This record gives sequence, C-alpha cells and structure tokens, in this order.
Amino acid sequence: MKQSGAVGRLATLRLLAQRFAFVSLVVAAFALMILGKADIVLIERVRTSVADAVAPILDALSRPAATVAEISESIRELASLRAENARLRQENQRLLHWQTVARRLDAENAVLHEHLNVVTDADAAFVTARVIGDLGSAYGHSMLLNAGSRDGVRKGQAVLSGETLIGYIAEVGDRSSRLLLLTDINAKIPVVVESSRTRAILTGDNKARPKLNYVAGNPSISVGDRIITAASGAAFPPGLPIGVVASTTDGIIRVEPFVQRHELEYVAIVDFGLGGILPFEKPPMPERRRRGADAGGGN
Amino acid sequence: MKPSVWLRMDSWVRHLVPFGVTLAMLLVTAIPIHLPGLAGMVPMLPMMGVYYWAIYRPDLLPAWLAFVIGLLYDIISGTPLGVNALVLLLVQGVAAGQRRFFLGKSFMVSWWAFGLLAASASGGTWVLVTVLLGRAIDPTPLFFEYLLTMGLFPILTWALARTQMAFLKEA
Repeated sequence: MKQSGAVGRLATLRLLAQRFAFVSLVVAAFALMILGKADIVLIERVRTSVADAVAPILDALSRPAATVAEISESIRELASLRAENARLRQENQRLLHWQTVARRLDAENAVLHEHLNVVTDADAAFVTARVIGDLGSAYGHSMLLNAGSRDGVRKGQAVLSGETLIGYIAEVGDRSSRLLLLTDINAKIPVVVESSRTRAILTGDNKARPKLNYVAGNPSISVGDRIITAASGAAFPPGLPIGVVASTTDGIIRVEPFVQRHELEYVAIVDFGLGGILPFEKPPMPERRRRGADAGGGN
Repeated sequence: MKPSVWLRMDSWVRHLVPFGVTLAMLLVTAIPIHLPGLAGMVPMLPMMGVYYWAIYRPDLLPAWLAFVIGLLYDIISGTPLGVNALVLLLVQGVAAGQRRFFLGKSFMVSWWAFGLLAASASGGTWVLVTVLLGRAIDPTPLFFEYLLTMGLFPILTWALARTQMAFLKEA
C-alpha cells in the first residue's frame, strides 16, 4: 500500500514537471516573439547562424528539385514550340528595330557625355547566389540564398534577376542570406513611372502584385506604364526595371513585376556602393574634408 | 557485453526517427518549387509529423522537440521568431493530451480531428503574425494551404505509419 502511494506521488510529480515544462515553453515562445519584435541583435544573430547551419542541407536538397523543375519546364516548352517560335520571330523583328535605335542613341549619348564631362557610374560588383529555401508566401515573401557575408553579401544590397530588381537582402549570415522580395509586406521601395517620371513608393502586401502608394502629384497612371527604381533615398541606382502597371481599379494601382516568384533560381546580389534600403547597419560618418582637399580627394 | 551496446545504439537511433522524420518534412517543404501557381504554396507537413507522433509516440517527440521544430520553421521561413514554435507546441500538447481518444479510432476520426486542429493552428498563426506585424495579411493563401494540407494528410499518415512499423515495431 505504502509503496503504491509513493509510486503515485512520483507519477503526480512527473506530471507536474511535464506541465511546468510545457507552460515554460509557451512562455518562452511569447518571450521570443517580444524579443524579436524589439529587433534585438542577439535574436538576429541566432536566426542567421541557425540558417547558416541548415543552409548546406537545403542547398543539397534544392539541387534535384531544380532538375525536376527543369525537366517539367522543357516538356511544357516542347508543347508550345510552334507558337513560341512565331512569337519569338515577331519579338526579334521588334528588337532589331530597337537595336538600331539603341545604337544610334548610344553613339549620341557618348558624344553628349564627352561634351558635358559626365562622371560615369562605377561598375557594380555582384555575387550570384542560388535560392535554397522557400517556405511559402502566406506570411511573407522571402527566400534563403546560399551566399553570405563571406561571399561579400551585405544587408540592403539589391537583388536582381537578369536586369530586373526583385528585392533586397534583409538578413545576412556567414554563408546564407535572406532575400526579401518586393512583394513582401515589409518591402517599400522608391520608384518612378518611367514615362512621366512620377515618383511613388512601391509597397508590398504579400500579394503577387505590389501596390503603388504615395504617388506624387496627381498624374494619370495607366495600365502598361513601366515602373523603375528612383534615385531618391539613395537606396538603389535609378533606372532598374521592376514591372509594369497591371491595374488601376478604385484608385489602387498594382504593379505586375517582370519576374515571377517561381522563376527565381539564380539571382544576382549587386553592390552598387549605395547605402541600401535598410538602415540597420549605419554607414560610417563621412569624413570631414576641407573644401580645398575636396577637389583632389575624388580620385 | 558487445551486443548490448549495439542494441542500445540501435534503439537509440530508432528513437530518433520521429524527430528526424518531422525535421525532414520541414526541410522538404522548404525546397523551392519552380512551378507557376504552386510556388509559394506550402503544405503544413511539419504539423502533420508533430500531430502523428504526439498521438502514437509522444515519448519520442515530446513538447520541447515540437518547440525546436517550430523554431527552425520560423528561422527558415522568416516568420517572426516564436510563432510557429508556439503553434506546433500547442498542436503537440492538444494531440498528446487527447491521444487516448484517438488510439484505436478510425482514420476518418483522426483526419477530422487534424482538420480542426490545423484550422485553429492556421488561424492562430494568422492572428499572431498579424499582431506582430501590426497589419492584417491576406488570408487567401492560408485557405489554399489548408486545403493542400488536408489533401496530403492521408498520404503522409500512411507514410508515417509505414515508418513507425519499420523502425519502432517494439511498441
């Protein structure tokens, strides 16, 4: 009798301990949420180092998946070969025309540059990275890339697919980084409408087509207008293509990005030498220079 | 002496199977799929793993391991840290608490119960993320994710049951 009482007490104690552990884990989860909300450096470091740890596994896993995707893509392409060919012929004709125009403009531009002594933009350095992790778009549009700070990736750098801006780097680990797409609910980018040079802010809201907010003035923006990056904010170099206006219903302007999420496999992380969109890492204070030294200092 | 060491090693490795399988499910969902329409749509596989093992082997995937898987989920997906940890922890807690009810019941009952649990988990995640972001997010993709998850549940449960039979026969 006595023994079974002791066993029973032990069982109760164990149950209590289990309950206590469960409750403390719940508390820990809430604590993490609050700490994460407070943007503590430690939380971010934990995030990036864990992401670094799983990056090689994800990298290995995503390779066969990419092959499967390639095969299915080529099957689909085979099916529409004829139509695609016709379309490409047409496009080629149009592009040949544009090539002539571009050659002429290029020559003209070179001459004008020479006349005006224009300082040319420095060539940007870039890192090519693979998309290795993508856990869906329900809560945010971001992806893990297999390049990190040891490859020269820094926070806030622009991420391009081809020539098109698709997002920027939001978190950097040692060998992995997080790409925040323009469609993410946290993404905001200064843009201009190419034809009218109207300034606006491209705001993501977790949908496939981000919104155009804070449109300067009262311009008429119509479907099909090209949206490119603006120089304001010094985040990205001006003129990177983003997308075209897809709809303007009810005063809400939505932009269709040139690159769709599923097409992203390799991306280019580009260092334009600008501050980037995220002011997390404060740039060093510019050196105070004397006026006289300024002229010679700009080598 | 020697066989007993091997036996112990063997059972130790076998006991890691539930956690390992659930972790693998998480990593599999993280693989980028380059298919139009399907990209960005992800079934809640880790939740299925947590649910299954909470019912059949709660000793091998206890609450704290569910918490760890949730944290990993948050880190890989970029959701606010702690959200999926809490959700998976609660899923484990509820399923393990009601396991007596599930044991011996038909598959349909388990499917139905998972449907309820996954719906509340999905809703809970939505509320938590919305509160943490301070902005309401569009719930439509959640709905499709939920349907996808429910559709995959029978296949995954079958696979998990086969795994359990193969590695953890003794109990």
